[in-house]
Amino acid sequence: MDQLQRKLRDYEAAMFQQGFLDDQFSQLQKLQDDSSPDFVIEVMTMFFDDSEKLLNNISRALEQIPVNFKQIDAYVHQQKGSSASVGAARVKNICATFRSFCEAQNRDG
Amino acid sequence: MESNGVVSIGVDSHEVHVLAVDDSLVDRKVIERLLKISACKVTAVDSGIRALQFLGLDEQRKSSESDDFVPGLKVDLVITDYCMPGMTGYELLKKIKESSTFKEIPVVIMSSENILPRIDRCLEEGAEDFIVKPVKLSDVKRLKGYMTTRDVRAGSQENRELNVNGNGGGQGGGVGINNKRKLEEASDISSSPPSNSSASSPSSISSSQSPSSSPMSSPGMLDSPIRRIKMTGTE
Repeated sequence: MDQLQRKLRDYEAAMFQQGFLDDQFSQLQKLQDDSSPDFVIEVMTMFFDDSEKLLNNISRALEQIPVNFKQIDAYVHQQKGSSASVGAARVKNICATFRSFCEAQNRDG
Repeated sequence: MESNGVVSIGVDSHEVHVLAVDDSLVDRKVIERLLKISACKVTAVDSGIRALQFLGLDEQRKSSESDDFVPGLKVDLVITDYCMPGMTGYELLKKIKESSTFKEIPVVIMSSENILPRIDRCLEEGAEDFIVKPVKLSDVKRLKGYMTTRDVRAGSQENRELNVNGNGGGQGGGVGINNKRKLEEASDISSSPPSNSSASSPSSISSSQSPSSSPMSSPGMLDSPIRRIKMTGTE
């Protein structure tokens, strides 16, 4: 059991180190306590569900002709917002790049 | 802890009630937790329209009805996202400030985008503060300060509304929200000592050099949105 916990801690540390997670994730961890013991899991689950819906919306929008970049940009903005709120730094940064492609109306990007 | 002698409706008289407005489920959950852990009661809604409904300000009610309408719990602060479909946070802010019943409620705007003209516009419209997302615990701590200050000010005026924070008792009375709008008034607020700091140095409050350790000092509140901008830099 201890081994598992240690592995989890190492994994988490790696996520921070490699820039997948940022300080906001630590903030979320601070919000977890005995009165709300599953807070982080609950938020992350919501985040994943939310992200899945958004990604589906984005894929569908990319298949339309002509591509509605404004709509996609709106979805990506939402994605960026929620990933910032949970500390998903890499996702957030990718969203920023994505949005510049939207602005340039660059579908291939 | 002195009470104003006002009765509260079955609510713990020291807990503030915040109305949080955000269309993002994730953000709602986070802000709700941030507020609860800071000893606030929270009502979270997903749109400006629902927020107005909760306050009793929605179009369906005639103004005469809304005077008698009392929401389930008195709202001490509204915190709202800026970018929302339908009604933006800015529009919600305007509606609240236009209402005679609710214009005294402090409204804080949150946004993931650090756009100075947007911030200025919100502050000009009467927003208490502007927080750049993601929201952290330190942001919420700062917010609690607004509610205390405001209640003391409201307590010294007409007392018809229930004051949730009756324990104001002489903390920074008369500061009000005007210091948010007029930066030049900062040096005039030297008469009201900061509420939480034990060593109040009334006459030495200068607008530019407020120490961040006493978030309750008025210039500190002024600086906070600006400071936040400087800290986050360019996104």
